[in-house]
Amino acid sequence: MRNLMQQPFRTAVLVLVWGWLLFLVLAPNLLVVGASVMTRSPGTFISLPLTLDAYRQLFDPLYLEVFLHSLYMAAVTTTVCLLIGYPFAWSLSKVGKQRQVLLIFLLIVPFWTNSLVRTYALKLILATNGLLNSALMSLGWIDEPVQMLYTEGAVVIGLVYLLLPFMILPLYSVFEDLREDLLRASHDLGAGRFSTFIHVIVPMTLPGVLAGIMLVLLPAMGLFFVPDILGGSRNLLVGNVIKNQFLDARNWPFGAAASIMLTLAMAFLMFAHRLSKRRIGEDGV
Amino acid sequence: MNQTLLSLRSLSKQFDGKSILDSLDLDIYDGEFLTLLGPSGCGKTTLLRLMAGFEHPDAGSITLAGQDLTHTAPEHRPLNTVFQNYALFPHMTVFDNVAYGLKMEKRPKEEIRQRVEEALAMVQLEDFAGRKPHQLSGGQQQRVAIARAVVKRPKVLLLDEPLSALDYKLRRTMQVELKRLQRELGITFVFVTHDQEEALSMSDRVVVLKDGLIQQLGTPREVYERPANLFTARFVGETNFFPGHVDRANGDETITVDVFGLKRTFRKPDFPVSEGQPLHVLLRPEDIRVLAPDDADGVPGKVVERNYKGSTLDSVIHLADGTEVLASEFFDEDDPAFDYRLGEPVRVSWVDGWEWLLPQEGEPEQEAATDA
Repeated sequence: MRNLMQQPFRTAVLVLVWGWLLFLVLAPNLLVVGASVMTRSPGTFISLPLTLDAYRQLFDPLYLEVFLHSLYMAAVTTTVCLLIGYPFAWSLSKVGKQRQVLLIFLLIVPFWTNSLVRTYALKLILATNGLLNSALMSLGWIDEPVQMLYTEGAVVIGLVYLLLPFMILPLYSVFEDLREDLLRASHDLGAGRFSTFIHVIVPMTLPGVLAGIMLVLLPAMGLFFVPDILGGSRNLLVGNVIKNQFLDARNWPFGAAASIMLTLAMAFLMFAHRLSKRRIGEDGV
Repeated sequence: MNQTLLSLRSLSKQFDGKSILDSLDLDIYDGEFLTLLGPSGCGKTTLLRLMAGFEHPDAGSITLAGQDLTHTAPEHRPLNTVFQNYALFPHMTVFDNVAYGLKMEKRPKEEIRQRVEEALAMVQLEDFAGRKPHQLSGGQQQRVAIARAVVKRPKVLLLDEPLSALDYKLRRTMQVELKRLQRELGITFVFVTHDQEEALSMSDRVVVLKDGLIQQLGTPREVYERPANLFTARFVGETNFFPGHVDRANGDETITVDVFGLKRTFRKPDFPVSEGQPLHVLLRPEDIRVLAPDDADGVPGKVVERNYKGSTLDSVIHLADGTEVLASEFFDEDDPAFDYRLGEPVRVSWVDGWEWLLPQEGEPEQEAATDA
């Protein structure tokens, strides 16, 4: 106790951090866990008795289909982000320092605009009479507008657009750490470009790949406003389900259970990421 | 013996318009331990990278036993490198690191296992095969790097300042071990270092480099005792440079040189001399004889510094004209208490015939005469 009094600044910081974690992280999450095991009630949203009905409902074929479709779209988004982000981050780490700063700046600039606004901008581009269709028609490549909005593709485009930087940044960081002499050593020992890529570059950048997947895959299942704006009624994400359960269907236990499933998936990915880092001798996240 | 294995012909390399190597020629013999010695920026690492194939020369050629390697990719050269920071693959075990090169050659599994075990035994790391590099000490990582390179049985092993990250004692141990490995394997070693002591103690031949030009190529003894120019003399070991001028050239193979007013008779140097010509008389600290102040021989001076070095007593003596003389004397068993007081008057002399003469080079670095 005397120590605490002697170091008021340290104490204040600790109280702030722990208070933040307790009241704004732990408590809300516990509330969600609590809500997920209770019974739905029209008046008070949740009531006793405790039940696992909400979790059982997750495996209802109707919802299961929504979840799988959501997972599929998130997986496609992640794959596209990885396919664009990996070479992008690689070349980013190769250019001169000044251009690197500029390119990273350009990558971050879109964050200064609200993502909702940017998604609406995308809608203007993809709409039937939007910029893209007009451009293609004036080029003579198509005769009549193509249906782009309200498709699965539009949702994926929107998600990739919003989430690509989250893939590139962790990848850029692992490519920055990839020492030139490891690649030299690999060539020196008789490995060509392809073998070096498979045996050295891929395993060395795996933690970045997993971090990128972590930062893209789960948000991609949660960004409910993207399908709301671009996807129409058939391309729902888990995020839409959760939002609908809380705001429209008023089924809090089910919404809470769905969001816990997302959290568990996140925890699993973080665990895998940690393992991959330990493999190359770095400490966990 | 002395059969040329790796032949470098008029190699030139520039970076950003700055010349790093300038038309360099070098023949490396089969089975020798050759050291590239020079200060940082002298081009020694660039030269090594050209041999390994990580860089390509702007001009010139590299041939290995008659085979042109100038533009061959590193993976197709029968040379292997031990990197300065080891460059071990952190995601692989020690075994997999050492096996990497053999796997790339698509050797049978059993052969790989056997050769990797042999290589690890050679560097006394048999018990560490399952560890990851980050679980090893610096010295152990160093040995894995060596095993990984020699397991491929290269024609030439290139070592890029491999010992610079180790502490002094470990470095000495590794020097001995590297030397032993080289003898046992009979592989040609090309070793890069800026440490002249390391170069002298390990090499069969030393290449002294400065600004991309070979200053001298010779055995450690030649480089130390008969430096080709002032740079080599300064860079390799400590040296006293005494200003002298030719008093007269004798008819026989000797000349008489005036040093500090003393008329000494020296062997005639390789360069042409004329009467009155100024020259440098080089004497290593261990060639200096420190005499009593009443001795008839030598130049008077006084002791300004003494350093006890265990087996020798190293002293700095100031002559009357301000010249600083370094002297290194072995302790005499008959006189264990042998020592100097600071300020003690002495006379400085040397044994004629141990000196080395160099012509004046007319270069500006004169003040830095006693660099380590």
